Amino acid sequence: MGKGQIVAGCIAPHPPHLVYAENPPQNEPVAEGGWEQLRWGYERLRASLSEHDYDAIVLLSPHWQTYVGTHFLGLPHFEGLSVDPIFPNLFRYHYDMNVDVELAQAIHDEAAKAGLPVKMMENPDFRVDYGTITTGHLFNPDWDKPLVVISSNRSTAYYSVEVMQEIMIELGRVTRKAIEASGKRVVVLASNSLSHRHFTTESEVPEDMSKEHITSHAMHLWDMRMIDYMRSGQAQRILDEMPEFTEQAIAESDGGGLSWLLSTLDVPDYPAILHGYGTIIGTGNAVVEWPCYAHEVNDE
Amino acid sequence: MSQGEIVASYVVPVHPHTVLAPDQNPGWRRLRDAFDGAAQTIQDLDADLLIIYSTTWPSIIGHQIQADPNPEWVMVDHDFHDLGSIPYSFNIDADFAHAWNEANKQRGLQSRCVNYKGFPIDVGSVVALTLLNPDNSIPAVIVSSNMYANRSETTVLAKSCLDVIKAQGRRAVAITAMSLSNRMFTDFIQPEEDKIHSLKDDEWNRKILEFLEQGRLEDVGQLSRTIHRQIRVQKVVAFKPMWWLSAMNGNRNDLTGRILAYEAIHGAGGAVVHIDPTSTGVGDKEYDEDDVEYFHGERGVLEGAEESQTDAIQNTDAGVDATDDARASDSGPALWDPTEAKGSVNTDAAPKPVGAYPHARKVGDMLFLSGVGPRQPGTNAIPGGPIHDENGEPLEYDIKAQTHAVVNNVKRIVEEAGATMDQVVDVTTFLVDMKRDFAGYNEVWAETLGKVGPTRTTLAIDALPTPIAVEMKVIVHMPE
Repeated sequence: MGKGQIVAGCIAPHPPHLVYAENPPQNEPVAEGGWEQLRWGYERLRASLSEHDYDAIVLLSPHWQTYVGTHFLGLPHFEGLSVDPIFPNLFRYHYDMNVDVELAQAIHDEAAKAGLPVKMMENPDFRVDYGTITTGHLFNPDWDKPLVVISSNRSTAYYSVEVMQEIMIELGRVTRKAIEASGKRVVVLASNSLSHRHFTTESEVPEDMSKEHITSHAMHLWDMRMIDYMRSGQAQRILDEMPEFTEQAIAESDGGGLSWLLSTLDVPDYPAILHGYGTIIGTGNAVVEWPCYAHEVNDE
Repeated sequence: MSQGEIVASYVVPVHPHTVLAPDQNPGWRRLRDAFDGAAQTIQDLDADLLIIYSTTWPSIIGHQIQADPNPEWVMVDHDFHDLGSIPYSFNIDADFAHAWNEANKQRGLQSRCVNYKGFPIDVGSVVALTLLNPDNSIPAVIVSSNMYANRSETTVLAKSCLDVIKAQGRRAVAITAMSLSNRMFTDFIQPEEDKIHSLKDDEWNRKILEFLEQGRLEDVGQLSRTIHRQIRVQKVVAFKPMWWLSAMNGNRNDLTGRILAYEAIHGAGGAVVHIDPTSTGVGDKEYDEDDVEYFHGERGVLEGAEESQTDAIQNTDAGVDATDDARASDSGPALWDPTEAKGSVNTDAAPKPVGAYPHARKVGDMLFLSGVGPRQPGTNAIPGGPIHDENGEPLEYDIKAQTHAVVNNVKRIVEEAGATMDQVVDVTTFLVDMKRDFAGYNEVWAETLGKVGPTRTTLAIDALPTPIAVEMKVIVHMPE
């Protein structure tokens, strides 16, 4: 098999508000708009990648939370209704998606060889989590690329951010290895917010942007610090400061997605592209792309 | 109609093994048998409502209450999907759900009902309802566990639920779907390998169960934060269901507890515990945190409040004490200790007077109360908000919340005197804005004192000494 390739790596947030605000036909609630900075950020990301063909999307979602190992969707097709248990008023989305089971199995097998507890999810009644659906829709509204969906192992909760990073760095390494062995061109996505302190009230009109802001100045500072590292090619510093960031910004990086992404990209030292930043019910969210296609190493 | 009561309470485990694989492990079978026995007991008690507080349904925007009369779907666990699927079709008491939602708002809580086809009922609720109510003969209601809520908010959530149980005269069973220690093995194990994850977890679990068996539910609630630190993985919800369950049972330590089963489920501590409200006659509280009637946590982040969000959230644990509404507590006249003339009845459970008078005075078999407003004892906070600020600028306020608070203050004084609310014979009510407030006041009256039946006179007046909208003058007949 030829050498597979990671085309790009992205942080792509998943609050259901973004899909709600966009009013796609698959979602039942209807909005008047809202959160445009992030939705337009996703538009810029899609435009940026439109010139680069790829075969599959590998996505890690913090809303498929597994406490016993890391799991992979293991059936070729899932469809159904995804209702967000926290914001059901905003997100009731009819999904229809395909899975690249072959690639999922390959990553699973590499992870198992590395000693990580892993399992394929092969129950046809399984309801795909809303984080996957939200990011999947916003990244690829046509749903014309198969996905590999990886669960978020909650090792931060069980142990520490440091242990989580060890696991996720290893999972990222085997993800990259499996992709390269597959001969496929792949985009990897960490479905992930940055700072993650929510509002605990909701305005009468959820999309009322006059009510939207970061929950505190400290959260803003952490978000900007991380984005600055991304934009200046300092991924290693993100990993180094992950424990403090995760604790002090109550960051969604606790789910491991950001650490996994950076490891999968081999800790890039080139600048990422910031396509958008905005807050959603007070949490900090960025749409960021690492353009691997522009930094390919031709070793053949 | 009866007064409404909790006829039993249960602690039950959340993982799907008891439904899908009870015979793969003897311990899972014992848990399943305990579930089945509890289901029969609930039937025998002639319960007419099951109330589930589920730790596997986290929420962010206040508490959510399931209000779909017939939610149907197929539940597959995120971790244990290989055990199979659990189809469900539940009988939800939507009327109770809506009433509870309203009662939450009356007590200052953020709350909403959810009624959406396909809503994913959480695994803990699915397991509990599937096993405790197998024929769906008893209507149920499910409430989420708010990830930011702490003791005061969780306690008030229970009190608002009790308000509705009493108002509707229900025979309710309170159920917490929860693990004790919640640390599971992080690798896959064979069913026969299952055991409690560590000796420390097991010891703490047994300590909790010993308390519960002795009926010391409030003590478990008081230990909740310690338990969380000792044996809980930091998932999104803390060991808070015991706050809710204790408040549902009147924060007592003299209940009658029975451990029906205690076993491991993939390392976590799973127990089925039956708590009977019958008093054992023993079990004083060793210590207790302040009781909380209303939630006043400041969560005005949408308006860009001056205090930081972090501060606001940290404050919520103290509820009515630390989160007192400054607009209320800093305004109004000075407070006095109640006077102590012969026959005086005074209590710390009622707000301090604004002059030299007692809370009530007993003459013969008659009890006369001084005018009672909605201010909260200890804090002077005004549920529903004050009617104006320190400069006299009008503020939005909730007359229903104020009226509820007045009735509760009246009740405390009446009970301090050894009387009961059904002995109230005459009430004179003063409203500062009859046109605006009469309807809301009248609605609360109908739900509370209106059911007792005293004579009533309602007057419009220009102002009251504190920034409140309603005050009641009450007379009680309390024959020996």
